[in-house]
Amino acid sequence: MNAYKKVQAARSNQRPDAKKYIEQMIDGFIELHGDRRFGDDPAVMTGLGFFESRPVTVLALEKGDSNEERLRRNFGSANPEGYRKSLWQMRQAEKFNRPILCLVDTAGAACGIGAEERGQGQAIAENLWEMMGLTVPVFSVIIGEGGSGGALALACANEVYMLEGAIYSVLSPEGAASIIYKDAAKVEEASEALKLSAQDMLRFQVIEKILPEGADYELAAPSIKAAFSDALKRFDDLSPGEIRDQRYKRFRRLGGEKE
Amino acid sequence: MEKLRRFKSPNLRLEHDFSKNAENARVTAVCPACKREMTDSLLEQEHYQCARCGHLFKMSARQRIRFVLDEGSFFELDSLLASTDPLEFPGYKEKLNQARISSSEKEAVITGTGSINGQACAFFASEPGFMMGSMGAAVGEKLSRLFEYAEEKRLSVIGYTVSGGARVQEGILSLMQMAKVSGAVRKHSDAGLLYIAVLCDATTGGVAASFAMQADIILAEPNALIGFAGPRVIEQTTRQKLPEGFQKAEFQMEKGFVNKLCKRQEQKEILSRLLKLHEGDQGERV
Ligand SMILES: [Zn+2]
Repeated sequence: MNAYKKVQAARSNQRPDAKKYIEQMIDGFIELHGDRRFGDDPAVMTGLGFFESRPVTVLALEKGDSNEERLRRNFGSANPEGYRKSLWQMRQAEKFNRPILCLVDTAGAACGIGAEERGQGQAIAENLWEMMGLTVPVFSVIIGEGGSGGALALACANEVYMLEGAIYSVLSPEGAASIIYKDAAKVEEASEALKLSAQDMLRFQVIEKILPEGADYELAAPSIKAAFSDALKRFDDLSPGEIRDQRYKRFRRLGGEKE
Repeated sequence: MEKLRRFKSPNLRLEHDFSKNAENARVTAVCPACKREMTDSLLEQEHYQCARCGHLFKMSARQRIRFVLDEGSFFELDSLLASTDPLEFPGYKEKLNQARISSSEKEAVITGTGSINGQACAFFASEPGFMMGSMGAAVGEKLSRLFEYAEEKRLSVIGYTVSGGARVQEGILSLMQMAKVSGAVRKHSDAGLLYIAVLCDATTGGVAASFAMQADIILAEPNALIGFAGPRVIEQTTRQKLPEGFQKAEFQMEKGFVNKLCKRQEQKEILSRLLKLHEGDQGERV
């Protein structure tokens, strides 16, 4: 499959949205709305529930599963209040010592006048800052699109996984085409050049694991569940400080510079 | 691997015509707004702002260093760190070479230590002439090392940002620098240490969504463009015309994201006073 086909597949409406995985994975999920500052952003879903009988915080970028829902949720492109909603829940998780499970599916953070007025950059920056200091374990799965800082704001995790059909990228291939090639039509070339497949991410050590999803996504939920389950067990024995340091070191080694 | 290097003579290539006088190597600068001709020493005297029309000249990282830090106090760190081409992105190697030649720098940020009116600090300045100050792996590494070094030596960090954001040609690895640098900023902060950012024209994208917005005190140069998405992208996406002054430093202060506007001629004094205000009370918080 060429890179642009992968991009299209990762964006397909056929792919299960975050909500479906939450339903299959989390028992007794209670969605909690609002950022306590401005409003409630439907592009971000946050809440509490039990994962294998243990209380967890769930943070998700939710694209919606019908045309109506997709519009309402802005196709999973979050506004500052969405990131601040997740920030509030991260702080709650830290207070009550709950692991955080994140499901990431977004083309990127919302782009618009309102988003800028309310500090899109600051909102993402604060999430990154907060996540790098959390002493509870955080695990993220890219389930479809992992686009730019808008995805990273829920992916500064101790471990990051990708479904095999997902993509992860510094910006959309369309954005790259217009910035690098000055030609929005060169999106296929840009997709190729960006190296955005799960295999690429594994090679760059940006993710820990590729999760099988099956031809009809029938394997996706069980493999996400297995990955979270395994990770939670492995992090059980770490102290809060060790959990934070592991996350710092995980990102600290990522580069590709030389002297 | 710390390389110490004194700053070079001011690099005035950004907006200026070169006409070297062999004797004192003076550069004649022409104001792009009103076409007034100036010598480099006059430009420096006028704080890199045209006294006739008020135009703010783009400043290179070396000019920032010379402008803010005490003379001769700057010691550069990690001057040899440079990006490679991890994605083998078409055309990137050539682009890097061009940027190195046109800016006379190895990368898009200069880091080091120095003093401001006698007070020591760690310092960084983005280099706008190097791929618009964009952040790839080398920029992320240099900044992470600077914050780690400052934490170890218990120094405040003062940083001048100018950046188009994450460097697209390094793909996902440049996105990861946002998390990496954020981690180093957080650690420095958790040690009870001060970080002041001065946001300059333009600070956007992944830099505006990470270390530019994570400082204890955020200053901005008047009229600087500061935002996550660039204005052109917003106009294209929303098909709306942007209001006058949108995303400018004044707008960002009004919206609550910038603490103070800071003209060039007052920057050194303000930074010096802020350092003094934080002297002595920087204690470890665990
Ligand atoms: Zn002028």
